Amino acid sequence: MFFDLISEARTGLLTRPGRTALTVLGTVLGVAALVATLGIAKSAGNQIVGRFDELAATSVVVTSTLGNDQVLTLLPWDSEQRITRLNGVAAAGTITPVATGGALTAAVPIHDPRGQAEFQLPVFAVSPGLFAAARTQLLTGRTFDAGHSQRQDNVAVLGPGAARRLNVTYIDRLPVIFVGDQAFVVIGILEQVGRTPDLADAVVIPEGTAQHIYQLEAPTTVQIDVEIGAATLIAEQAPIALAPNTPQDLRVLKPAEPTQLRADVADDVNVLFLILGGVALLVGAIGIANVTLVSVLERTGEIGLRRALGATKYAITAQFLLESATMGFMGGIIGTSIGIAVVAVVATTRTWTPVIDPWIPLAAPIVGTLTGLVAGAYPAIRAAGLEPVAALHNA
Amino acid sequence: MAREPIALLTDLERHFAAGDVIVRALQSVCLTVEHGDYVTVMGPSGSGKSTLLNILGLLDRPTAGTFHLDGIDVGTLTDRDRCHLRARRIGFVFQSFHLLAHISAFQNVKLGTIYTTTPRAKRRTLAYEALERVGLAHRADFLPPTMSGGERQRVAVARAIVANPSLLLCDEPTGNLDTETGSTVLDVFAELRQSSDLTLIVVTHDPDVGDRADRTVHIRDGFMVTT
Repeated sequence: MFFDLISEARTGLLTRPGRTALTVLGTVLGVAALVATLGIAKSAGNQIVGRFDELAATSVVVTSTLGNDQVLTLLPWDSEQRITRLNGVAAAGTITPVATGGALTAAVPIHDPRGQAEFQLPVFAVSPGLFAAARTQLLTGRTFDAGHSQRQDNVAVLGPGAARRLNVTYIDRLPVIFVGDQAFVVIGILEQVGRTPDLADAVVIPEGTAQHIYQLEAPTTVQIDVEIGAATLIAEQAPIALAPNTPQDLRVLKPAEPTQLRADVADDVNVLFLILGGVALLVGAIGIANVTLVSVLERTGEIGLRRALGATKYAITAQFLLESATMGFMGGIIGTSIGIAVVAVVATTRTWTPVIDPWIPLAAPIVGTLTGLVAGAYPAIRAAGLEPVAALHNA
Repeated sequence: MAREPIALLTDLERHFAAGDVIVRALQSVCLTVEHGDYVTVMGPSGSGKSTLLNILGLLDRPTAGTFHLDGIDVGTLTDRDRCHLRARRIGFVFQSFHLLAHISAFQNVKLGTIYTTTPRAKRRTLAYEALERVGLAHRADFLPPTMSGGERQRVAVARAIVANPSLLLCDEPTGNLDTETGSTVLDVFAELRQSSDLTLIVVTHDPDVGDRADRTVHIRDGFMVTT
């Protein structure tokens, strides 16, 4: 019985392929519009979020300094190497404030009697990878490398604020600054301090040098630049890599979970587009209902005949419902494909990452089918309600 | 034991309400049709012939009176049971053929089996046999619009008999055909009667049809006039 229904519905649809195609077109457009708007909204939302938090989303900071300046676990000197080995880390480096005992910093060449020549500037010891991990930018010169640290060279990189105050503007002549009585050759000046605003007014020296001169005990903070999407994972792994025995004693600062934020933005965009897609689908449904209704009127004779051949009202209803549901389903499938293609094209032309929720391609054909069912319900009931006698005579 | 008559109508009444007026389409109709009978129903337009045929075909219910089909009181059956009974026991032939234009003659004939419980595998065979019986096996794959009127009506007859009904109801089967092609359809009826105990009830204006039948009943203003 069921197979008969299917084959009858199939015949009903295939014998008028042109009309079936046109009917399906309504649902195709509706579902395509729905899928495309959802996809574009999602992609756009993703893009917006991706733009404004890219810097934060890829930064993880691990520090041994707890809230009240307590230190329970010392970070190892090879923190940079340990973290860089993790998959998903783009760059890592340590940064540690150096206690200089209140030493003042001065630049030698110019003695300006009217201006202040000595300043209390913070001194930071960093590992070579920090500059990349913090995404700093150099104004001039270079940053130091592992060699400087190993040789405990007295070299320094100045933050932009520190350079301005010390009046060090170019480094061609290897200017020297004094921190207390220690002389440092300035090899580079930063323009941007990226994620480490502390460095803006600071004198930055290699870790090895800080160990040698100021008896630095251990690094206190590791700045990690992670690849997009790896923040949560690295935030979990980094403390274990740094202090395998007591990872819980380290404090990890990771970006806020981006998922929620993204969802909020996407929701705002979605509502508008969903309404548009819904309207499009409604138009598609009215199209199906209309054509099915016309088809019922046109096939009055056929319905009468089928009743005369012994079809029950149920069989007539089921056949018309199946036909309209099939049209809705086909429209849903085709519409989904077109919608996805539209999202891909739009995303490509805007150089976005196309994003589509995985449930959309699954749900859209179901939406199409339901549209067909709902749209076909009234015509199908009307068809079944036709008096067989009248139906035969009118045709 | 004598078989029950295929159709037994007792004091049948069918009234239609047209506004405030009640139209009495059939009044006190009593009719007995035995298995294998060939009966024509004649009468002027509006006399109630078609109404009678619709009641006999279980497409309509009488206002009063009883109708026994092969011993079954069909007035007590549900719509669903009447549909099943119609599918198995009754075949229809219409004046305007009512073939589906978009499917082949063979598929049209096969349509006569889909509301029965015939196994799907057997339906093709049945459809071919039915087409053979009306002499149109060679036209099986033709679409109805490409066939002549007589051929189309024979396809319709094949569809009506494919499920092997016991009662064949024909509503002006030759009404749309000229005399010559009409007689080819009547020839088919004659052959069918010889090869099975099919009962034929034919509503017609055509005296040629009446001549071929065993007997003719006349209807006038809803009353049956037996001759």
